[in-house]
Amino acid sequence: MQAETALGRAGLWFLLFFVFLAVAVAAADSGFAAHATIVAIVCFGLMCMSAARFDPTTSLNSFFKMPDAPSVYDDDPVRWGVLATMFWGLAGLSAGLFIALQLAWPQLNIEPYLNFGRVRPLHTSAVIFAFGGNALLATSFYVVQRTCRTQLAFPGLARFVFWGYQLFIVLAATGYLLGITQSKEYAEPEWYVDLWLTIVWVAYLIVFVGTLAKRKEPHIYVANWFYLAFIVTVAMLHVVNNLALPVSMVGSQSYGVFAGVQDALVQWWYGHNAVGFFLTAGFLAMMYYFVPKQAERPVYSYRLSIIHFWSLIFLYIWAGPHHLHYTALPDWAQTLGMVFSVMLWMPSWGGMINGLMTLNGAWDKIRTDPIIRMMVMALAFYGMSTFEGPMLSIKAVNGLSHYTDWTIGHVHSGALGWNGMITFACVYFLVPRLWKRERMYSLRMINWHFWLATLGIVFYAASMWVSGIQQGLMWREYGSDGYLVWSFADTVAAMFPMYVLRAFGGVLYLSGTLVMTYNIWMTLAGKLREEKAMIETPYDPEKDRPITDPAPSAVPAE
Amino acid sequence: MATNKRIDEPTGTETVGHEWDGIEELDTPMPRWWLWTFYLCILFSAVYVVLYPAWPLVDRATTGILNWSSRGDLQRELVNADEARQAFRAELAEVEVADLRADEELFRRAVAGGEAAFKVHCSQCHGSQAAGVQNLGYPSLSDDDWLWGGTLEDIHYSITYGIRQPDNNDQRQSLMPSFDGLLDAGQLAAVTSHVQSLSGIADADPAGAGLYEQNCAVCHGAMGEGDRDLGAPQLNDAVWLRGSSTADITQQILHPRMGAMPAWGERLGPSTVKMLTAYVYSLGGGEDAVAPPADEQAVAEVEVESGGQ
Repeated sequence: MQAETALGRAGLWFLLFFVFLAVAVAAADSGFAAHATIVAIVCFGLMCMSAARFDPTTSLNSFFKMPDAPSVYDDDPVRWGVLATMFWGLAGLSAGLFIALQLAWPQLNIEPYLNFGRVRPLHTSAVIFAFGGNALLATSFYVVQRTCRTQLAFPGLARFVFWGYQLFIVLAATGYLLGITQSKEYAEPEWYVDLWLTIVWVAYLIVFVGTLAKRKEPHIYVANWFYLAFIVTVAMLHVVNNLALPVSMVGSQSYGVFAGVQDALVQWWYGHNAVGFFLTAGFLAMMYYFVPKQAERPVYSYRLSIIHFWSLIFLYIWAGPHHLHYTALPDWAQTLGMVFSVMLWMPSWGGMINGLMTLNGAWDKIRTDPIIRMMVMALAFYGMSTFEGPMLSIKAVNGLSHYTDWTIGHVHSGALGWNGMITFACVYFLVPRLWKRERMYSLRMINWHFWLATLGIVFYAASMWVSGIQQGLMWREYGSDGYLVWSFADTVAAMFPMYVLRAFGGVLYLSGTLVMTYNIWMTLAGKLREEKAMIETPYDPEKDRPITDPAPSAVPAE
Repeated sequence: MATNKRIDEPTGTETVGHEWDGIEELDTPMPRWWLWTFYLCILFSAVYVVLYPAWPLVDRATTGILNWSSRGDLQRELVNADEARQAFRAELAEVEVADLRADEELFRRAVAGGEAAFKVHCSQCHGSQAAGVQNLGYPSLSDDDWLWGGTLEDIHYSITYGIRQPDNNDQRQSLMPSFDGLLDAGQLAAVTSHVQSLSGIADADPAGAGLYEQNCAVCHGAMGEGDRDLGAPQLNDAVWLRGSSTADITQQILHPRMGAMPAWGERLGPSTVKMLTAYVYSLGGGEDAVAPPADEQAVAEVEVESGGQ
């Protein structure tokens, strides 16, 4: 019976393999043929696995030292998610460093596959969707099980979500290098890859909602509100922004259904909310679970979490037009984009307050616990970029900052500072627990990582502020006779030193991640580094607390 | 619902009473400064959408009580800038091109305006410092080596009508024929060598001299002094537009590439063209119109920059 199913499965994969081989042959363009070949190879691999009942995950499991003992929770996809997060993180950061160097030294543009135009979306998608996306997949599966006190609903589907998402990443990444793009920022993959992601994403929604539905807790924890908002909204954004008609069913090209300024508005409604719901709501969900866990403190304010959740969700979705200030977009839409961004300031800060103030009663851990240190730095950068964002959306400020490197600096103080740091902290939290180790291999290496990353961000953000403001001022500088002072090429030449400093910041940030990779590798290997404790300062927990009135010994009022 | 409320010891705040995987929540009120800043942002927005265009209606959007629009704003800026330059432009229109330098202050302002216009319209080929692009046929404008003449009037004509443009441009039109098939390999080498000898970078070649006399001298001059009426570059100086190597010169003889420049007169209007003229003139190579061109070449040792040949 089992053999028959295996044979049946192998037959199915063979059929699919054959179909994609045929598609590769019939493809209208070489890019589509390459993608069909990739999918055919995947089908061929799955066919071999079914036929021989060869299970490569078993050998991979031992390679990555996956624990043998069954987990109480379904943690297998979480472990794979953590590994994928690290892998794509390294890939995405390296691509980022490469394009930063290209901007300083254009000779590094290697035509045609590795020129700036193709590697840039590779970098942005790799860090946002591959690194960030896998972190969100892994942590959401981890958190939803624990806060619902139940195992994942549809475990098979959860595995499909993980591996299907990896296939999406591979198709997207190879597509960029092959020159397949629909030219929408952060939504470059073409129609067939978009369709595949839609299937994967709906499966993700089903697994997540299914798990929430079978929860054993009476209430849904705030982290799960944010995860759910992220999953539902990203689905909506993805579907609407990618509405397109393919030129050929076996070709990679398509035409979007929107045109002109409507297309631009839909694109930035999507683009801005990719930031809002992928990089903000999703990562706030991570924060809401891992910060209280690591600090071992209650969340600061339940009321604040309700108000800032709903105001954030309601306001974010309207703020996209601020990406189109001073364009063909009508004035009224620009106004609304701006005022909704200004109103968004406090709802964004609600998350920062709730995260930071959760440390009330545990502030000393900043001295002793490098993971808490990372979380605090992440929240600080979150607060800074969510102040900078509304400020940049004000039209007068935007008139100076738009199209300059200031925007790039803003994005990176959010991405490196907030998303990167909080992800690293969560991974450091997860690895010893998922692999059943006592602790990470080295806490001092986490501290090194913290400082390398922080310095890297400082170099990056500071150089881009200088470069961006200088660029904006040079573009608009008029001489006393009423004529422009600088040519465009002058402004490019002036930015060179800042570009070198930015790349140096990238080197620091990437080397921090390399230290982290080594640390994780050794933790997986089951080793513990002999090292001095992080701090020797004597500490009296009795005295480290605010003086409360009435005295802390008072009996709580019933 | 919340039956497990307790007072959190370090903060003295009551918890809400829920617990998930060990995480509790405090019932701290929202920070007042947070709430009030939020209200202020909402108030700011409420006022802003009344002042500025904001709400889409059926066939148009509200215009806001300030009646502001980005198009109107831009228009006002353009009009103001235009008015500021009006007097100068009127003055500039009065002046004949040849007399541009008569009024020093006017000339200085024309150069400043020309510099800005140059960055927008000319730097793409001639470079932002007007140094040209060596070996690509974009001449440097910062030396005194001219293809079509360096007086104010010559420069003005070149900018207005362009170089080798089909319309309305009989003066800046010439063609170097291809010698592919007309010279055999030995002859080609001899002529090339002779051209190089004109500026002293190769030894004289008697066979080449004869061929040069028959084929080239009519335009480039017996001594390689060039001809500005034809835009034929000077060959006996050290400035080479498309390279001085044997391969470069041979290539040019077999398959001549000739530079072209758009006619800017109608596109930029008379005052901008005058300003550009003043700027290009001021770069270092401007010539006085007093002497006739033939004498002028004798005066300037290093001049006709080889444009396109």
